[in-house]
Amino acid sequence: MTPGRTILEVQGLTKRFGGLIAVNDLSFDVREHEVMGIIGPNGSGKSTTINLISGALPATSGSIVLEGQDLTAARPHETARFGVSRTFQLVRILPALTVLENAVAGAVFGHKRRWGAEAAGFASGLLERVGLAEKAAQPVSSLTYIDQKRLELARALAGEPEILLLDEWLAGLNPSELQIGIDLIAALRAEGRTIVLVEHVMDAIRSLCDRCIVMNSGTKIAEGTPTEVLSDPHVIEAYLGTE
Amino acid sequence: MSERLKLALGVLIALAAAFVPLIADGYWLSIAVTIMMYTALSTSWALFSGPTHYIALSTGAFYGIGGYLVATGMSDFEASFWTMAAIAPLVAIILAGAIGAATLRLSGVYFVIFTLGLAEMIRNLVSWVQNNFLGARGLYVLTDFDERHIYWMLLAVTVAVFLFGWLLGRSRTGFALRILGNDEEVARHVGIDTARTKILLFMSTGFFAALVGAIVAPRYYYIEPNVVFSPELSFLVVIMALLGGTRHLWGPLLGVVPFTMLWEAVSAAAPNATTMVLGAAFLMIVYLIPDGITGLAAKLIRTRSPS
Repeated sequence: MTPGRTILEVQGLTKRFGGLIAVNDLSFDVREHEVMGIIGPNGSGKSTTINLISGALPATSGSIVLEGQDLTAARPHETARFGVSRTFQLVRILPALTVLENAVAGAVFGHKRRWGAEAAGFASGLLERVGLAEKAAQPVSSLTYIDQKRLELARALAGEPEILLLDEWLAGLNPSELQIGIDLIAALRAEGRTIVLVEHVMDAIRSLCDRCIVMNSGTKIAEGTPTEVLSDPHVIEAYLGTE
Repeated sequence: MSERLKLALGVLIALAAAFVPLIADGYWLSIAVTIMMYTALSTSWALFSGPTHYIALSTGAFYGIGGYLVATGMSDFEASFWTMAAIAPLVAIILAGAIGAATLRLSGVYFVIFTLGLAEMIRNLVSWVQNNFLGARGLYVLTDFDERHIYWMLLAVTVAVFLFGWLLGRSRTGFALRILGNDEEVARHVGIDTARTKILLFMSTGFFAALVGAIVAPRYYYIEPNVVFSPELSFLVVIMALLGGTRHLWGPLLGVVPFTMLWEAVSAAAPNATTMVLGAAFLMIVYLIPDGITGLAAKLIRTRSPS
């Protein structure tokens, strides 16, 4: 689907930890149905940006607006209700709940709220969507790593978010799992979902993202299509250093 | 077991329990009152502390507020027992809300220490107010109630606690509690206001503990702050709940019955050794049966069945 109107506007976003500026005056827009990549070397502020948008961390200054709603000072449960869903860099599953209950957890309290049989039915549909339908009744301890990642994705989708934040969702997968993971996100993209993903896997960036921003030391150094930014001399310098 | 069958079984047990004062008297009725009291306290405690893993040592504080308000209301202000028994839980609920708002954002360890200190602080504060402004050192709670009436009132509270727990288990708030007990970070990001959920449940434990304290007050006749604001009671509630197990609504009950018997026996045979038994019991539960009797039973059933 072609990207539509702007739904997320980040303006002058800054996050300081004491003397360290993790995110420095960052501005970008995300349009509806778009997959937007945030790339950059380790420690460049990508995950911090995700944490700021989802409300896990309060911003020092700047603004985050989702569909006209100011989320700058919102706490995580508020951003979730306004339509921000996320996965975590280190996969986080609810260990004492079944696979189905884990997915239902995302459907009950999020952006679009469901309860009881309706929530269970909706969550089951998402488990099928991510390829976990047969494991719905199992305890999560029986899941492989990629299945845990799938489950986290189903939980994030269960609230029908306006925007989905994936924080290195593909990290840690082996080569065959990686292809499955990329195909799954590509399928979500084809459905017209709006996604912001932080990623190190360049194949994924090239095949999935409509646009990218590149960060280095907390600052945006490039923005454009994957092909454009990956050939930008500043970006190459940030990754490989100068000669 | 279906929910309907469980409910029917619960009603039957409650009805059977209502007949206890007609066949037991004296010593056994007194034990039955104690069991009923700790069942209400431990079950209500487990509804909050079980899923959240916040070990609250504040039961004694709220229980004391219940007992003390009844005593001071009846002795100093000539209020009726019923008025004070209605006011006390409301005072406790407001206090629990304030304490919860101040402490439940803290991590678990600080919360434990705070709640332990809270009971002591309230006890000293009440003693100070009593000594400086109200004159008398002790207060009399004179009613027409005998042990049977207290037992039936406690049974009603226990039924209310179980009903509350059963409804909670089927509600969104109950599901939210399970999620936040698993991973608070995830809970927040799926849209759960975790602070609000924890505070609400903490308020419910404060409410029930004060109600129990108010109902039990006539049993003491003579009340002074040192008697009703008892840290020992806070620990007993925790130990009984953990012994039974906090994963099921009826779990704490299975800890309350044997531990009350043991406690009565020890208090009679070796009154100086009670604190030691308390400590030893706590260690044994934590090391040997961390999930309580119900957890142990579930584990045995799992290992026996071949699947």
